[in-house]
Amino acid sequence: MSVSTCQSEQTSTQESQTITTLERQYILLTQKGLPLVASPYKAVAEELGISESDTIAMTESLLARGIIRRVAAVPQHYKLGYTFNGMTVWDVADEVASEMGKKIGNLPFVSHCYLRPRHLPDWNYNLFAMVHGKSAEEIEQFRSQIKQILQPVLQTHNNKSDDMLTSSKILKKTGLRLGKSRKSEA
Amino acid sequence: MTIHLPELAKKLINQYQKQFPLTSQPYLAMAEQFDCSEQEVMDCLALLSEQDVISRIGPVFDHKKAGASTLAALAVPEDKIDEIAEIVNQFEQVNHNYAREHSYNLWFVVTAANQPLLDQAISAIEDASGYPVLVLPMEAAYHIDLSFDINFEQPRKALN
Repeated sequence: MSVSTCQSEQTSTQESQTITTLERQYILLTQKGLPLVASPYKAVAEELGISESDTIAMTESLLARGIIRRVAAVPQHYKLGYTFNGMTVWDVADEVASEMGKKIGNLPFVSHCYLRPRHLPDWNYNLFAMVHGKSAEEIEQFRSQIKQILQPVLQTHNNKSDDMLTSSKILKKTGLRLGKSRKSEA
Repeated sequence: MTIHLPELAKKLINQYQKQFPLTSQPYLAMAEQFDCSEQEVMDCLALLSEQDVISRIGPVFDHKKAGASTLAALAVPEDKIDEIAEIVNQFEQVNHNYAREHSYNLWFVVTAANQPLLDQAISAIEDASGYPVLVLPMEAAYHIDLSFDINFEQPRKALN
Protein backbone atom coordinates (compact mmCIF):
# COMPACT_ATOMS: atom_id res chain seq x y z
CA MET A 1 0.00 0.00 0.00
CA SER A 2 1.28 3.36 -0.90
CA VAL A 3 0.19 6.92 -1.16
CA SER A 4 -0.69 9.29 1.57
CA THR A 5 -3.72 10.74 -0.19
CA CYS A 6 -5.88 7.93 1.09
CA GLN A 7 -5.48 9.06 4.68
CA SER A 8 -7.71 12.06 4.59
CA GLU A 9 -10.37 10.03 2.92
CA GLN A 10 -10.18 7.23 5.45
CA THR A 11 -10.46 9.58 8.42
CA SER A 12 -13.33 11.52 6.98
CA THR A 13 -15.14 8.27 6.30
CA GLN A 14 -14.94 7.35 9.93
CA GLU A 15 -15.50 10.67 11.63
CA SER A 16 -18.83 12.44 11.66
CA GLN A 17 -19.96 10.30 8.78
CA THR A 18 -22.27 8.27 10.93
CA ILE A 19 -25.57 7.97 9.22
CA THR A 20 -28.60 8.32 11.47
CA THR A 21 -31.52 5.93 11.30
CA LEU A 22 -33.66 8.61 9.73
CA GLU A 23 -30.98 9.34 7.13
CA ARG A 24 -30.72 5.68 6.31
CA GLN A 25 -34.48 5.68 5.74
CA TYR A 26 -34.07 8.71 3.51
CA ILE A 27 -31.41 6.88 1.48
CA LEU A 28 -33.60 3.81 1.14
CA LEU A 29 -36.52 5.97 0.02
CA THR A 30 -34.60 8.02 -2.52
CA GLN A 31 -31.88 5.75 -3.86
CA LYS A 32 -33.94 5.09 -6.94
CA GLY A 33 -34.80 8.75 -7.32
CA LEU A 34 -37.10 11.46 -6.03
CA PRO A 35 -40.78 11.26 -6.91
CA LEU A 36 -41.47 13.34 -10.01
CA VAL A 37 -44.00 15.66 -8.39
CA ALA A 38 -44.00 19.43 -7.97
CA SER A 39 -42.81 19.19 -4.34
CA PRO A 40 -40.64 16.08 -4.20
CA TYR A 41 -39.18 16.76 -0.75
CA LYS A 42 -42.64 17.15 0.68
CA ALA A 43 -43.53 13.71 -0.66
CA VAL A 44 -40.40 12.21 0.92
CA ALA A 45 -41.08 14.13 4.15
CA GLU A 46 -44.50 12.55 4.43
CA GLU A 47 -42.98 9.08 4.15
CA LEU A 48 -40.39 9.92 6.79
CA GLY A 49 -42.90 11.57 9.09
CA ILE A 50 -40.94 14.83 9.29
CA SER A 51 -41.42 18.29 7.80
CA GLU A 52 -40.53 19.32 4.28
CA SER A 53 -37.99 21.85 5.53
CA ASP A 54 -36.34 19.20 7.72
CA THR A 55 -36.11 16.93 4.68
CA ILE A 56 -34.46 19.65 2.63
CA ALA A 57 -32.11 20.38 5.55
CA MET A 58 -31.26 16.67 5.74
CA THR A 59 -30.47 16.66 2.04
CA GLU A 60 -28.22 19.67 2.52
CA SER A 61 -26.44 18.01 5.41
CA LEU A 62 -25.89 14.77 3.46
CA LEU A 63 -24.53 16.85 0.58
CA ALA A 64 -22.24 18.85 2.85
CA ARG A 65 -20.87 15.63 4.34
CA GLY A 66 -20.32 14.16 0.90
CA ILE A 67 -22.71 11.25 1.48
CA ILE A 68 -24.79 12.66 -1.37
CA ARG A 69 -22.56 13.74 -4.25
CA ARG A 70 -25.24 15.67 -6.05
CA VAL A 71 -28.98 15.83 -6.55
CA ALA A 72 -29.44 15.71 -10.27
CA ALA A 73 -30.91 14.26 -13.43
CA VAL A 74 -28.51 11.43 -14.22
CA PRO A 75 -28.19 10.90 -17.97
CA GLN A 76 -27.67 7.50 -19.54
CA HIS A 77 -24.71 8.39 -21.67
CA TYR A 78 -25.24 5.33 -23.78
CA LYS A 79 -28.66 6.54 -24.87
CA LEU A 80 -27.23 9.94 -25.75
CA GLY A 81 -24.95 8.41 -28.32
CA TYR A 82 -21.97 7.90 -26.03
CA THR A 83 -21.91 4.22 -26.83
CA PHE A 84 -18.17 3.86 -26.34
CA ASN A 85 -16.52 3.93 -22.98
CA GLY A 86 -13.02 3.01 -22.04
CA MET A 87 -11.56 2.37 -18.64
CA THR A 88 -8.04 3.65 -19.12
CA VAL A 89 -5.61 2.28 -16.54
CA TRP A 90 -2.09 3.51 -15.82
CA ASP A 91 0.93 2.39 -13.87
CA VAL A 92 2.00 5.71 -12.43
CA ALA A 93 4.85 6.33 -9.99
CA ASP A 94 3.38 6.54 -6.49
CA GLU A 95 5.04 9.85 -5.60
CA VAL A 96 3.18 11.71 -8.33
CA ALA A 97 0.01 9.61 -8.56
CA SER A 98 -2.12 12.06 -6.61
CA GLU A 99 -0.92 15.10 -8.53
CA MET A 100 -1.49 13.32 -11.85
CA GLY A 101 -4.90 12.10 -10.73
CA LYS A 102 -6.05 15.67 -10.22
CA LYS A 103 -4.74 16.69 -13.61
CA ILE A 104 -6.39 13.79 -15.43
CA GLY A 105 -9.64 14.13 -13.46
CA ASN A 106 -9.94 17.68 -14.75
CA LEU A 107 -9.92 16.71 -18.42
CA PRO A 108 -13.38 17.42 -19.84
CA PHE A 109 -13.86 13.94 -21.32
CA VAL A 110 -12.98 12.09 -18.11
CA SER A 111 -16.06 11.25 -16.06
CA HIS A 112 -14.20 9.84 -13.11
CA CYS A 113 -10.67 9.26 -12.03
CA TYR A 114 -9.55 7.07 -9.13
CA LEU A 115 -6.44 5.82 -7.45
CA ARG A 116 -6.62 2.11 -6.60
CA PRO A 117 -4.17 -0.44 -5.20
CA ARG A 118 -1.96 -2.57 -7.46
CA HIS A 119 -2.12 -6.33 -7.15
CA LEU A 120 1.21 -7.51 -8.49
CA PRO A 121 1.88 -9.53 -10.48
CA ASP A 122 -1.67 -9.76 -11.85
CA TRP A 123 -2.59 -6.10 -11.87
CA ASN A 124 -0.05 -3.31 -12.02
CA TYR A 125 -2.22 -0.26 -12.72
CA ASN A 126 -2.96 2.22 -9.96
CA LEU A 127 -4.63 5.14 -11.75
CA PHE A 128 -8.01 4.71 -13.42
CA ALA A 129 -9.69 7.25 -15.69
CA MET A 130 -12.98 6.58 -17.44
CA VAL A 131 -13.52 8.16 -20.85
CA HIS A 132 -16.70 8.32 -22.92
CA GLY A 133 -17.15 8.95 -26.60
CA LYS A 134 -19.30 8.49 -29.65
CA SER A 135 -16.84 6.33 -31.56
CA ALA A 136 -13.93 3.97 -31.01
CA GLU A 137 -11.61 6.56 -32.61
CA GLU A 138 -12.79 9.24 -30.23
CA ILE A 139 -11.98 7.25 -27.09
CA GLU A 140 -8.64 6.16 -28.60
CA GLN A 141 -7.88 9.82 -29.10
CA PHE A 142 -8.80 10.63 -25.49
CA ARG A 143 -6.52 7.85 -24.37
CA SER A 144 -3.61 9.35 -26.32
CA GLN A 145 -4.26 12.75 -24.79
CA ILE A 146 -4.03 11.22 -21.32
CA LYS A 147 -0.93 9.31 -22.33
CA GLN A 148 0.81 12.49 -23.41
CA ILE A 149 0.34 13.91 -19.95
CA LEU A 150 1.33 10.76 -18.09
CA GLN A 151 4.18 9.58 -20.31
CA PRO A 152 6.98 11.03 -18.16
CA VAL A 153 5.77 9.29 -15.00
CA LEU A 154 4.66 5.93 -16.37
CA GLN A 155 6.28 2.81 -14.95
CA THR A 156 6.49 -0.61 -16.46
CA HIS A 157 5.64 -3.86 -14.73
CA ASN A 158 4.74 -6.95 -16.75
CA ASN A 159 6.01 -5.17 -19.87
CA LYS A 160 3.02 -2.86 -19.86
CA SER A 161 2.54 0.59 -18.46
CA ASP A 162 -1.03 1.29 -19.50
CA ASP A 163 -4.10 -0.20 -21.07
CA MET A 164 -7.65 0.66 -22.04
CA LEU A 165 -10.44 -1.75 -21.24
CA THR A 166 -13.37 -1.12 -23.50
CA SER A 167 -16.73 -2.44 -22.53
CA SER A 168 -18.29 -4.96 -24.80
CA LYS A 169 -21.51 -5.36 -22.88
CA ILE A 170 -23.43 -3.88 -19.96
CA LEU A 171 -24.48 -6.87 -17.89
CA LYS A 172 -26.08 -5.10 -14.98
CA LYS A 173 -26.61 -1.48 -14.07
CA THR A 174 -28.56 -0.23 -11.10
CA GLY A 175 -28.20 2.58 -8.63
CA LEU A 176 -26.94 2.23 -5.12
CA ARG A 177 -28.60 -0.49 -3.10
CA LEU A 178 -28.11 -0.39 0.62
CA GLY A 179 -29.44 -3.55 2.17
CA LYS A 180 -33.17 -4.11 2.34
CA SER A 181 -33.27 -3.96 -1.42
CA ARG A 182 -36.68 -3.72 -2.94
CA LYS A 183 -36.44 -6.30 -5.63
CA SER A 184 -38.97 -4.68 -7.86
CA GLU A 185 -36.88 -4.14 -10.95
CA ALA A 186 -35.54 -6.78 -13.22
CA MET B 1 -29.80 4.91 -32.88
CA THR B 2 -29.53 8.65 -32.33
CA ILE B 3 -32.30 10.00 -30.19
CA HIS B 4 -33.81 13.33 -31.17
CA LEU B 5 -34.44 15.38 -28.12
CA PRO B 6 -36.39 18.60 -27.79
CA GLU B 7 -34.34 21.70 -26.97
CA LEU B 8 -35.73 21.81 -23.44
CA ALA B 9 -34.52 18.26 -22.81
CA LYS B 10 -31.00 19.09 -23.94
CA LYS B 11 -30.89 22.16 -21.75
CA LEU B 12 -32.24 20.27 -18.75
CA ILE B 13 -29.70 17.50 -19.14
CA ASN B 14 -26.69 19.73 -19.48
CA GLN B 15 -27.75 22.15 -16.83
CA TYR B 16 -29.05 19.70 -14.26
CA GLN B 17 -26.87 16.62 -14.52
CA LYS B 18 -24.64 18.24 -11.92
CA GLN B 19 -26.95 19.82 -9.40
CA PHE B 20 -30.64 20.52 -9.00
CA PRO B 21 -31.89 23.62 -7.25
CA LEU B 22 -32.34 22.44 -3.68
CA THR B 23 -35.67 24.05 -3.00
CA SER B 24 -39.20 23.01 -2.26
CA GLN B 25 -40.21 23.21 -5.93
CA PRO B 26 -37.12 22.42 -7.98
CA TYR B 27 -39.00 21.99 -11.26
CA LEU B 28 -40.52 25.43 -10.89
CA ALA B 29 -37.03 26.87 -10.40
CA MET B 30 -35.88 25.14 -13.58
CA ALA B 31 -38.93 26.35 -15.47
CA GLU B 32 -38.15 29.92 -14.49
CA GLN B 33 -34.65 29.56 -15.83
CA PHE B 34 -35.78 28.19 -19.17
CA ASP B 35 -38.84 30.33 -19.52
CA CYS B 36 -41.39 27.55 -19.63
CA SER B 37 -43.94 26.08 -17.25
CA GLU B 38 -43.28 23.81 -14.29
CA GLN B 39 -45.51 21.22 -15.92
CA GLU B 40 -43.45 21.30 -19.12
CA VAL B 41 -40.27 20.61 -17.13
CA MET B 42 -41.90 17.71 -15.30
CA ASP B 43 -43.37 16.28 -18.50
CA CYS B 44 -40.02 16.54 -20.21
CA LEU B 45 -38.21 14.80 -17.34
CA ALA B 46 -40.90 12.12 -17.18
CA LEU B 47 -40.46 11.44 -20.89
CA LEU B 48 -36.67 11.32 -20.57
CA SER B 49 -36.99 8.82 -17.71
CA GLU B 50 -39.45 6.74 -19.66
CA GLN B 51 -37.10 6.64 -22.64
CA ASP B 52 -34.22 5.80 -20.30
CA VAL B 53 -32.31 8.86 -21.43
CA ILE B 54 -31.99 9.74 -17.79
CA SER B 55 -31.62 6.87 -15.39
CA ARG B 56 -32.60 8.68 -12.26
CA ILE B 57 -33.69 12.04 -10.94
CA GLY B 58 -32.57 12.57 -7.40
CA PRO B 59 -29.67 12.14 -5.00
CA VAL B 60 -26.54 10.38 -6.17
CA PHE B 61 -24.96 8.73 -3.15
CA ASP B 62 -21.30 8.21 -2.49
CA HIS B 63 -21.15 4.44 -2.07
CA LYS B 64 -18.06 4.73 0.02
CA LYS B 65 -19.61 7.09 2.52
CA ALA B 66 -23.09 5.67 2.52
CA GLY B 67 -21.55 2.26 3.16
CA ALA B 68 -18.59 0.28 1.90
CA SER B 69 -17.85 -0.44 -1.73
CA THR B 70 -15.18 -1.56 -4.12
CA LEU B 71 -14.50 -2.12 -7.77
CA ALA B 72 -13.92 -5.80 -8.45
CA ALA B 73 -12.98 -7.95 -11.41
CA LEU B 74 -12.93 -11.59 -12.45
CA ALA B 75 -10.87 -13.28 -15.12
CA VAL B 76 -13.06 -15.97 -16.61
CA PRO B 77 -12.85 -17.96 -19.85
CA GLU B 78 -14.55 -16.09 -22.72
CA ASP B 79 -17.13 -18.79 -23.26
CA LYS B 80 -18.15 -18.66 -19.62
CA ILE B 81 -18.73 -14.92 -19.36
CA ASP B 82 -22.51 -15.00 -19.56
CA GLU B 83 -22.83 -17.89 -17.17
CA ILE B 84 -20.55 -16.34 -14.54
CA ALA B 85 -22.07 -12.87 -15.04
CA GLU B 86 -25.45 -14.30 -14.25
CA ILE B 87 -24.13 -15.80 -11.01
CA VAL B 88 -22.48 -12.51 -10.05
CA ASN B 89 -25.57 -10.47 -10.93
CA GLN B 90 -27.68 -12.49 -8.55
CA PHE B 91 -25.93 -10.78 -5.68
CA GLU B 92 -27.89 -7.72 -4.67
CA GLN B 93 -24.58 -6.19 -3.53
CA VAL B 94 -23.45 -6.05 -7.16
CA ASN B 95 -24.71 -2.93 -8.84
CA HIS B 96 -22.76 -2.46 -12.02
CA ASN B 97 -21.39 -5.21 -14.16
CA TYR B 98 -19.56 -4.70 -17.42
CA ALA B 99 -17.93 -7.18 -19.74
CA ARG B 100 -14.58 -5.71 -20.76
CA GLU B 101 -11.95 -6.81 -23.22
CA HIS B 102 -9.04 -7.93 -21.09
CA SER B 103 -7.95 -11.08 -19.28
CA TYR B 104 -9.91 -9.57 -16.40
CA ASN B 105 -13.11 -9.51 -18.37
CA LEU B 106 -15.91 -9.04 -15.81
CA TRP B 107 -15.90 -5.75 -13.93
CA PHE B 108 -18.41 -4.83 -11.28
CA VAL B 109 -18.99 -2.71 -8.19
CA VAL B 110 -19.79 -4.38 -4.89
CA THR B 111 -21.47 -2.35 -2.14
CA ALA B 112 -22.55 -3.23 1.37
CA ALA B 113 -23.57 -1.42 4.52
CA ASN B 114 -20.09 -1.82 6.03
CA GLN B 115 -16.65 -3.35 5.42
CA PRO B 116 -17.21 -6.75 7.11
CA LEU B 117 -20.37 -7.25 5.06
CA LEU B 118 -18.49 -6.20 1.94
CA ASP B 119 -15.75 -8.76 2.63
CA GLN B 120 -18.40 -11.40 3.19
CA ALA B 121 -20.08 -10.57 -0.09
CA ILE B 122 -16.77 -10.84 -1.95
CA SER B 123 -16.07 -14.27 -0.43
CA ALA B 124 -19.56 -15.38 -1.33
CA ILE B 125 -19.02 -14.24 -4.93
CA GLU B 126 -15.76 -16.20 -5.04
CA ASP B 127 -17.49 -19.30 -3.72
CA ALA B 128 -20.44 -19.02 -6.07
CA SER B 129 -18.41 -18.22 -9.20
CA GLY B 130 -15.40 -20.40 -8.48
CA TYR B 131 -12.98 -17.61 -9.42
CA PRO B 132 -10.82 -15.34 -7.26
CA VAL B 133 -12.00 -11.74 -7.17
CA LEU B 134 -9.54 -8.93 -7.93
CA VAL B 135 -10.45 -6.32 -5.31
CA LEU B 136 -9.65 -2.71 -6.22
CA PRO B 137 -11.08 -0.33 -3.62
CA MET B 138 -10.83 3.38 -4.20
CA GLU B 139 -7.90 5.01 -2.41
CA ALA B 140 -8.53 8.50 -3.69
CA ALA B 141 -10.97 10.09 -6.10
CA TYR B 142 -10.13 13.06 -8.28
CA HIS B 143 -13.30 13.64 -10.20
CA ILE B 144 -16.29 11.84 -8.95
CA ASP B 145 -19.35 13.63 -10.19
CA LEU B 146 -19.72 11.15 -13.03
CA SER B 147 -20.91 13.87 -15.31
CA PHE B 148 -19.39 15.51 -18.33
CA ASP B 149 -20.73 17.97 -20.84
CA ILE B 150 -22.95 16.33 -23.38
CA ASN B 151 -22.17 17.40 -26.90
CA PHE B 152 -25.56 17.19 -28.60
CA GLU B 153 -24.45 18.71 -31.87
CA GLN B 154 -21.25 17.13 -33.06
CA PRO B 155 -19.35 20.24 -34.10
CA ARG B 156 -20.43 22.41 -31.22
CA LYS B 157 -18.29 22.98 -28.20
CA ALA B 158 -19.52 21.69 -24.86
CA LEU B 159 -22.12 23.86 -23.19
CA ASN B 160 -21.62 25.39 -19.82
